[in-house]
Amino acid sequence: MTSPKPPAGISKRATGIPGFDLISNGGLPSSRTTLVSGSAGSAKTVLAAQFLAAGIQTSKEPGVFVTFEETAADIRANMLGFGWNIESWERDRLWSFVDASPPADAEVVSGSYDFGGLSARIGHAVRSTGAKRVALDSVGAVFSQFADHSAVRRELYRISTLLKSYEVTALLTAERTAEYGEIARMGVEEFVVDNVIILRNNLEDEKRRRTIEILKYRGTTHQKGEFPFTIIPGEGIVVIPISALELKQKSSDMRITSGNATLDEMCGGGFFRDSIVLVSGATGTGKTLTVTEFMAGGVAKGERCLLFAFEESREQLFRNAAGWGIDFARMEREGRLKVICEYPEVAGLEDHFISMREAISRFRPNRIAVDSLSALERVSTTKGFREFVISLTSLMKHQETAGLFTSTTPTLMGGTSVTEAHISTITDSIILLRYVEMFGEMRRGVTVLKMRGSMHDKDIREFTIDGAGMHIGRPFRDVTGILVGNPVHIAPAELERLDHLFREAGGS
Amino acid sequence: MSREPARKARTVSTVPEWELRLYIAGMTSKSVAAFANLTRICEEHLKGRYRIEVIDLLKNPQLARGDQILALPTLVRKVPEPIRKIIGDLSNEERVLVGLDIRPVQGKRS
Repeated sequence: MTSPKPPAGISKRATGIPGFDLISNGGLPSSRTTLVSGSAGSAKTVLAAQFLAAGIQTSKEPGVFVTFEETAADIRANMLGFGWNIESWERDRLWSFVDASPPADAEVVSGSYDFGGLSARIGHAVRSTGAKRVALDSVGAVFSQFADHSAVRRELYRISTLLKSYEVTALLTAERTAEYGEIARMGVEEFVVDNVIILRNNLEDEKRRRTIEILKYRGTTHQKGEFPFTIIPGEGIVVIPISALELKQKSSDMRITSGNATLDEMCGGGFFRDSIVLVSGATGTGKTLTVTEFMAGGVAKGERCLLFAFEESREQLFRNAAGWGIDFARMEREGRLKVICEYPEVAGLEDHFISMREAISRFRPNRIAVDSLSALERVSTTKGFREFVISLTSLMKHQETAGLFTSTTPTLMGGTSVTEAHISTITDSIILLRYVEMFGEMRRGVTVLKMRGSMHDKDIREFTIDGAGMHIGRPFRDVTGILVGNPVHIAPAELERLDHLFREAGGS
Repeated sequence: MSREPARKARTVSTVPEWELRLYIAGMTSKSVAAFANLTRICEEHLKGRYRIEVIDLLKNPQLARGDQILALPTLVRKVPEPIRKIIGDLSNEERVLVGLDIRPVQGKRS
């Protein structure tokens, strides 16, 4: 997960903001000013404050916060929720404010003026604390406070030059009116900075989605495109660096059991140790059973197993497992299994990802199951969901854990779900569970559709479920059309006739 | 650091009725103009009742904090209260009088 080194000449200062240093290939360009532009509510102030807070927390680097909009007292109060005790940092001279918020008392203008007062105060604050980081939030307020915009522009330019001379890495926030359009109001980007970052807070399908994009980094590299991020109480901004994750993991030839001996056979000897398997089927076809056996199979081999359940409660899951002869409660007591149940609706997908990542890093599992991905899809946008699956998959691959995801198809017979369409290329193996209607009876079929890097059984086999779990039997030889959801029974005589047809065609 | 007024004009024996503070940054043309304009206006309207304290932010930048100074020059009326601020080189006398809330002496101008 190392980033390519920036070219010599422009070094970068690691910000300490989770994920940001990854998408920026190392942090903010040092001794330069970076513009952060975003609409109202896009977390500009949080990012600005976190830039200083992370510097203090990770390396005790003093910082100066220049506030043009909120008062210092407001910021102290607002940032406490992230666990940043600015007041105590101020006492330790690690954090200092330059309060340039609009004054309460009226100001009268008489004749020409400049903003020498501002640069004098910033310069003084930087010199007296030895600050390495400066955040200025946000310049729009200065423009609305003073009519002479060209004087404001000149001064901002002067400040960015001044900060450069002090070798300070600075972050300057500015407003924009729309999520897509001009970079910032007042054309700030044209005169102030070499680097531009854009924060967005998009409304898609009634769901909010926050993203961060590095638009330009003059003279150095960065990851391109929008990356989702989330704001977590007690932590601040966490960027989820999807495509910045590199597919560098070694792939393993080692096979692990699926928890079902016949299914292992069908897969050519089990799943690969670091593969991601998708199990797709309609409701009641046996997805949760597959998950349960996958977990139990791991525990039986002495592995640590983690199950994220988004559809059923703990009690239901444990009762189901008991019904198949598997004792989840005992496995949890022995510390081999951990079951985490949550309603998908309690949080946004980004937040789910962060908490799952935490659970994974705490429990260090050998195998992980998610039941079901489709439930999570409900709380997200299409794009957000795809990003989530990619992030989760690459996280699991990095840890060299085996993963089993389930996905619910919308129709009882056959068909694919939207979930599959989005993630089938990401997964290494796909197992389909299908209902087969024959002679007025619902039967179940299983097939291995894809098994990356291995031979596998191409049959569609019938299986039954009883108190001992899943029993996979013989292939459906005399039925066709199962996967498209239209099973047609073929009489043995017809099979024979077809067989003959081919034999004749081959012979002539 | 001690506060050292660059210059005290017309110090009156006890506490003056008007306490004015002028913030500048170095002897720029704007600073010089502001000081000259201010002295002239005061002499005309507040003779004997005022004190001007000049603060040069190049020498004492920490003093800008208290009055939240951004623009320069800035004139701050400390006394009488409430505090009022006038920014610019004070070349527009009418605006200065409005800002300081001084009524022009009767008969001198309309």
